[in-house]
Formats: sequence, structure tokens, C-alpha cells
Amino acid sequence: MSSVIPEPVIRVRGLRKTYKTGKVSVEALRGVDLDVASSEFLSIVGPSGSGKSTLFHIIGGLTPPTAGEVVVAGKNVSTVGDAGRTELRRKQVSFVFQKFNLLPNLTARDNIRTALYISGLPTDNFDPAFRNILDLLGISERLDHRPSEMSGGEQQRVAIARALATKPGILLADEPTGNLDSRNSLAVLNLLRDLNARLNQTILMITHNVEAAAFGHRTVHMGDGRIVETTVSKLNAG
Amino acid sequence: MIFKLVWENVRVRPVRTLLSILGIAIPVTLILILIGLSRGVLEDSAKRTEGVGADIIFRAPSSSLIGFNAAGLPARLVGALGREPHVVEATGVVNQPIAGGIDGVTGIDIAAFNRMSGGFTFLEGHTFEKPDDILIDQYYAAQSHVHAGSRLNVLNRNWNVAGVVEPGKLSHLFVQLPVLQDMVGAAGKVSQIYLKLDRADNTGRVVEDLKRKYAGYPIYSMKELVSLLSVNNIPVLRTFINVVIGVGVAIGFLTVASSMYMAVLQRTREIGILKSLGATKGFVVILILTEACLLGLGGTILGIAFSFGTKWIMGIFVPASLPQAIVPSRWPLAGMVALVAAVLGALYPALLAVRQDPIEALAYE
Repeated sequence: MSSVIPEPVIRVRGLRKTYKTGKVSVEALRGVDLDVASSEFLSIVGPSGSGKSTLFHIIGGLTPPTAGEVVVAGKNVSTVGDAGRTELRRKQVSFVFQKFNLLPNLTARDNIRTALYISGLPTDNFDPAFRNILDLLGISERLDHRPSEMSGGEQQRVAIARALATKPGILLADEPTGNLDSRNSLAVLNLLRDLNARLNQTILMITHNVEAAAFGHRTVHMGDGRIVETTVSKLNAG
Repeated sequence: MIFKLVWENVRVRPVRTLLSILGIAIPVTLILILIGLSRGVLEDSAKRTEGVGADIIFRAPSSSLIGFNAAGLPARLVGALGREPHVVEATGVVNQPIAGGIDGVTGIDIAAFNRMSGGFTFLEGHTFEKPDDILIDQYYAAQSHVHAGSRLNVLNRNWNVAGVVEPGKLSHLFVQLPVLQDMVGAAGKVSQIYLKLDRADNTGRVVEDLKRKYAGYPIYSMKELVSLLSVNNIPVLRTFINVVIGVGVAIGFLTVASSMYMAVLQRTREIGILKSLGATKGFVVILILTEACLLGLGGTILGIAFSFGTKWIMGIFVPASLPQAIVPSRWPLAGMVALVAAVLGALYPALLAVRQDPIEALAYE
């Protein structure tokens, strides 16, 4: 099932992904078509094994597709090699993970600087726009702390800041509230929606939680390696 | 930023870092000790040779430049050489190795030796009075914990330590020439003959004359002999040092390889995070090699510090037998060995890190 949206920033057609473990082949994606518009906040929901993480990893350039076409920010991910996918991650997409995935030895500031350095951007001073994001995330005063000195909610907000520091076209959030309590989950979801609204940030969010998915404009439901349904969130419908 | 990442990695794992640096420091220390000992022994030998006060040394055919040579020269040559033009003093000595060949006792004609060298400076005791008297220098006295009046067993004979002298004159132990000749079955023979000339600037001419007259005998000016006492002029020693350097590289390589392999495994998730941020293969390789170089640098500095420690220890326990020199000129070599070993050791772990699948790496617990 696909949605027709003008000028999609992500275009997926006939996407298939097969993992081989020894002699056993597992079809994680069995023909996915999807368009995501620029500035859209798209939620992807589905049970474990439905293929949502695989779809996320392919769009983010972490793994190549087996077949089909995936164009992300004008780059055809299905035809570029490892170097091309690395460049996609460096310049076009950023990740926020369930387990935060901050570099544990570095302070929040250095985690952000590392992302900037890898992207070839200046690391000495954060620009005013990014400082506003830090204020919005409420971590301006926590930048000199290491992850072990921060709460889960703070770590996830640092991870969001790190993901946005390089001004990516697309933010991919994989279960961003999966390790947070309900209060911090709500705060992170509100932040993502705020960032989408204020910065026109394109966001793809994987979640198990239907209530969390409702923070997006649309929700794609996956099952058995396919998109089975697309719904418009009630929060955005009217 | 790379250095910051590397520095934080080594800082937060102090035990691993310290063990890696120690592992690299050991071969660095071994290399510096070996080179330092080679140079120290040769420099000490050269210094003591110069302390004889001679201008020319006359040796037996096929005798060795280093080590102790059997008494192969007829003692009557001493008188003959003493009558050569410009020669004002000639004295023959007998060398006999002891303590596994590291040290030696030298038989001297004390009167002639004193005239040539200016005589011993006694720190304790007196010169030879009886046949079983032995003179030892300050280093050997410290090493053997003996003083004037003590008994000292050398060559299976109990000697009376008659005096302790200042070091720097040919040998660490001296006995009377005829006594040693009798003991080693070299009556009427000497190991080498030292000649003192009326004027030092006649040395070259006299050496040439003697070479013509005594063809086949190794005859050197003392300056020439001293200059020959260097590691580069002793192929066996040079080969030995190269072998030890090779072993050093192997030890350093294995240490760093195992350390970095563990480090890469421990940091699988972190490498996955860096890749998710868009880190290239080159970035990951540089990160790991930089860490290896940092460990190599630490190992070099610690190894150099250890070489000062070993010099101090040997100066206390074996100052006469194993004088170790500090060799700053060889620090770059030791550093290169450490760096090469570290980089070689880190290459495979770096390639492993590069090949890691970012999704699997991010899922690594």
C-alpha cells in the first residue's frame, strides 16, 4: 500500500529484503511501497518481525536492500555502495535509537561535537539556531555531563540534539520512547512534534505504541514484511 | 576530535591502557638495555684501555678485538719492542677471563705499568707485597662487597685484596704478571704489549715501522683501537641487537594486537554508533591506529624510563661487569619499534572494526 504525495523526500518501490543465516533465508520485507513528504512526521507501527526496523535501516542506509528502489533525499540507496550509504548517514539522515546510543565516554557536548566532526561541520561553537534547539530540548545546562550522569529522558534528548546538530533532511527515530517512563515518553514525543512543526523536520518514527504513533501525521501499519494499512492520525485529521 | 575520542577511550580503561603500555614498554626497555649495555661495556673498555697511558698496542696474530685473548706473544718481545726507536716504555700483560668471561683478571708488571699509566690511585690498602695479593678497582669492590684486607676467590684461588684503586686503568682486577703466567700455564708469554712513545705525534710513523718489521701482528694506535670499540665494528653484536629488535617488534605486536582486539570487541557498540553517525571506514581505522600510536608512545616513554631504572639497578649490583650506558641517540629507534609494533598489532583489529555490520554492532550488548 502506498500513499501518493507530491515531491516525496523518501520514495520506496517494491522493496524486498532477505536475510540469509547459513542455509536459511528470511524475508524481512516482501514488496514495500512508500512515499514520505518533506516535513512529514510519519509513524511506523507493527508487531515484532513485521519488518519495520528493516525498512528503517534501509532508508537510513545502514543496510542495502535485496531488491526494489529506495530513493532518499534524491539518492538512490538501492544502487549506491557502502560509501554512498555512509555519505547518506553523514549528510542526509540522522538516527535516534531506543537505547539512546550515546558514546558513553564523552560528555553530551562531545557527543554532539563528534557528530558534527564526522559530518565535516565546525565543532568549536554551536550556532544560535542549534542553541535554540538545545534550549527547546532543555539540555543546555547538561552539556558537560556524561551519559552515566544523566537520566534516561535527558540522554534521549541529548541523542535527539546530536541527531539534529548536523541539520539532517530526515530524522529516523527507532522506538525513541521505548526505554523511557510515561512522563519522559510524553516529553520526547511532544519534542519531536514540536521540532517537526517549528523546523519542518521530516521525521520517521518506529513505535510499538499506537498512542505514540498518533503524534505523527500519518501512521503506516506493517505486518509480515508489508505495509498493511496507512491511517491519518486523529490528532492531525481535523 | 579524533584525539579526544581516543584519549577518552584510553582514559576510561586505565587497567587495559596500562597493561598495553607495559607490554610495549618491555621490548623498548630490552632494546635500550641491550644497546646500552653493548655501548656501556665497550665505552668502559675503551676508557680503561686509554687509562693505560700507552700510544700503541701490539697484539698476537688472530687475537680478537674484544674479549680476552690467551697469552700468545713471547714475553721477550717486550724487551725488543722497548728498544725500538721512539719507544720509551713497553709492558706486557696477561689477560685471563673470569665469571663466565664477562670480567677478567690482568697480570701486570707493576713497575712498568705504573711508569706508563702514572700509577694507581689507592682508595684503600697498598700495592702488591706478596704473590697472592690482588688489586681491585672501586666498581669491582662495590660489586663483590670486598675491601682491602678481604679475601677474594678468583680463578679458584683465594687472593688477599691488597688494595682498592680508582677505576679506569685497563682492568677491574690486577695480579702480578709472573703469578698469573704461572697459574694459566703461560710462563714467558703475554697477551698483548703496550708501548709508550717519546712523543704522541710519532705514533703513526712508529705503527707503520712496526707493521713492516712485525708483519702479521695486529698493531694499532690506541686512538684507532678505541675507535674500533664500537657496536658498529662488531658484526656479531650488531646482528644480535637486530635479532633482539625483531623480537621486540614481535612482543609489541602481540601485546597491541591482543589489547586492541579486546578494545575493538569492547567497543563494538561504540563503533556501530560512529558508523550510524556516518563515520567512514577511514575514520574508524584512523581512530584505532591513533589509539595504537598513543599506546606506542606511552610504551616508548615508559621503556625509556625503565632503561634509567635498569642502569641504576646495574650500577648498584654489577657496576664493574655490566656498565649500562643511556643511549638517547637510540630512543628514536626504540620509539619506531614501538610504533611499528603498535600499528601492526592494531591493523587486524582495525580491519575487524571496519567490517562490522553497523546494525549488528548497534545491537551488541
